[in-house]
Amino acid sequence: MTVEPVVGRTNGQTHRTAYDEATRARLAADADAIVARYPQERSALLPMLHLVQAEDGYVSPRGIAFCADHLGLTTAEVSAVATFYTQYKRHPNGEYTVGVCTNTLCAVMGGDAIWEHVCDHLGIGHDETTQDGKITLERVECNAACDYAPVVMVNWEFFDNQTPESVADVVDRLRSGEPVAPTRGADSVATFREVSRVLAGFDDGRADEGVGAGEPTIRGTVLARENDWRAPAFPGEEGGGSSRTAARGGGSTHEPKTGGEQSSAERPATTAGDASSAAQEKQQASRDAKEQ
Amino acid sequence: MGTTLTPVLSDRWDAEQSWKLSTYEQGGGYRGLRRALGMQAADVVTMVKDSGLRGRGGAGFPTGMKWGFLPAPDGGPRYLVVNADESEPGTCKDIPLMLASPQDLIEGVIITSYAIGCHHAFVYVRGEVVHVYRRLLAAVAEARAAGYVGTDILGSGFDLEITVHAGAGAYICGEETALLDSLEGLRGQPRLKPPFPAVAGLYARPTVVNNVESIASVPGILRGGADWFKQMGTERSTGHGLFSLSGHVTRPGQYEAPLGITLRELLDMAGGVREGHELKFWTPGGSSTPIFTAEHLDVPLDYESVGAAGSMLGTRALQIFDETTSVVRAVTRWTEFYKHESCGKCTPCREGTFWLAQVLQRIERGQGTPQDIDLLLDLCDNILGRAFCALGDGATSPITSAVKYFREEFEAGCHTPADVLFPPERSALFDYRPRSGAALAGVHA
Repeated sequence: MTVEPVVGRTNGQTHRTAYDEATRARLAADADAIVARYPQERSALLPMLHLVQAEDGYVSPRGIAFCADHLGLTTAEVSAVATFYTQYKRHPNGEYTVGVCTNTLCAVMGGDAIWEHVCDHLGIGHDETTQDGKITLERVECNAACDYAPVVMVNWEFFDNQTPESVADVVDRLRSGEPVAPTRGADSVATFREVSRVLAGFDDGRADEGVGAGEPTIRGTVLARENDWRAPAFPGEEGGGSSRTAARGGGSTHEPKTGGEQSSAERPATTAGDASSAAQEKQQASRDAKEQ
Repeated sequence: MGTTLTPVLSDRWDAEQSWKLSTYEQGGGYRGLRRALGMQAADVVTMVKDSGLRGRGGAGFPTGMKWGFLPAPDGGPRYLVVNADESEPGTCKDIPLMLASPQDLIEGVIITSYAIGCHHAFVYVRGEVVHVYRRLLAAVAEARAAGYVGTDILGSGFDLEITVHAGAGAYICGEETALLDSLEGLRGQPRLKPPFPAVAGLYARPTVVNNVESIASVPGILRGGADWFKQMGTERSTGHGLFSLSGHVTRPGQYEAPLGITLRELLDMAGGVREGHELKFWTPGGSSTPIFTAEHLDVPLDYESVGAAGSMLGTRALQIFDETTSVVRAVTRWTEFYKHESCGKCTPCREGTFWLAQVLQRIERGQGTPQDIDLLLDLCDNILGRAFCALGDGATSPITSAVKYFREEFEAGCHTPADVLFPPERSALFDYRPRSGAALAGVHA
């Protein structure tokens, strides 16, 4: 692929991109397929930015211009979105993003030690890439695998129950070009560009690779089977029946304090403060103001 | 032993190729959909209301009631959006569910769409789990090939498209209106409510936003009936739920049990706190729920009891920390997370989380001042209830609760670094020698 210099935007000239015609046509066909998934075309922007990363290895200026042109947006509007999300890279990314979870639980269980070790091992820090362009190192936030802590993600595949040594081994093998298998995921980690294309919604046919669950995921399932603990049987269905119909938890006499209508707040939507008459009046005044 | 496990969603997770449609159908999958399609849509809503199912994403709002809030059909589109953006620290139930058995979710999506009159449903999954995304795409394709998705589903005349959409890394998109903005191709920032999504949600059309586990619980309710579901759990917190044990516990993992089980019962099943150690503090439902201590081991884990004890059931993300753990270090790291994930839309959260992190970082370094605890609490008071969405509120929960139970550790931060009081290598699962003098305090700065 030839990389042409990116043309700057001048007055009267909008969104010229530096993709050659063949590349541009191919990307446009992919973009059309993405747009077709949604009732409104702007919804295609996030997957299209993943598509740009699949092409260029980061959200390039020409990729931003391409998205803007295709969706009838300004490049500023596209950039505003691209800079909001941590998975969009603003400079060329390594072939593999290695993300060490240093949120509280993983950090305490050893994630901080892994982070120190892999930084020393690679000689780079957060959001930096090795000289050979193979590894971009990141601290990541909770990736929803806390029962496998400490967790490391490589191109968004799970590497569970890691140690400083195991991660050093993984990055060494990645740099030497060996296929590396995640703990739960595809048979081998795909490249950053390949994974970006999947995230744009283009199936790579690898869904049936790998396990369905690791050991912690099925601990409850296995324990229940060993003890013949079951959920109540579905009425009128054969099998799966259980005499244990009294699987009730501890009772409670407290009245529920449900949130307000359709609240998804992760706290009771009505707190003692909200329920005070002063708060009620303030809230009503606020609502009245919005009605006008 | 009192309460025992009730695997419903997790029942087939250990099966060979558990994620395939054939495995799911062998276990009775799609019987719920067949039953639903033979009912009036309104009766499906009533059945879910009667089951008492409440939102499994944290807030616990009654699911059927949420569906019932949609205005009467006006001929225009109505949408179902599944919140699969699981990112709350400690929460790890929806991601393994979708990896092991995505069809539970897909069947739930189809039934729910039928119930609310939706013909195009969306699953918004966080982008940082590529194999889960692959499994979801494949699950929709398999369901389509079997006639469960598309036009005239199972000869019912009901049509449905499902789009699985990958996010791009932003915790705030777990907030339902931020998720809708993100799905519309915008920065994921929360919207002012009202209007609520039921009235003006995706593309300003009536929209239901539900958590993965909530929707995945719907097929079982259709299959077994409301009374079947209510055989599990408590009177006000009915049904089964995934309890995720992590941290300093002998056998961490997913344990599906009736709501109202206690941590003591769950810890018994999981082999207890790691050998030679004892429980110090834990979260009942992720980092945004106020922490508990050993005195709360017997609190029934249902919405009401956890609330009455001063916290929230949240996502049943039970993060267990033993006596080696510095509560100051734990809370500082969570605060750095909220600071990093604050979307910047409202001032109390944007500024407040930065201030909180700075104060906590100096306490962690042993350089706090005697006024810092009061300063922290004052900052929390200025964020709680004043932020645009629940992220700001959540950021204050670990701080205020930790000061309540472990004030002396914060006071010690005026003269002694947290990693001197609690050497971090004692908390880790493996032996290592920490870098001397290089405290990680402020790694997110």
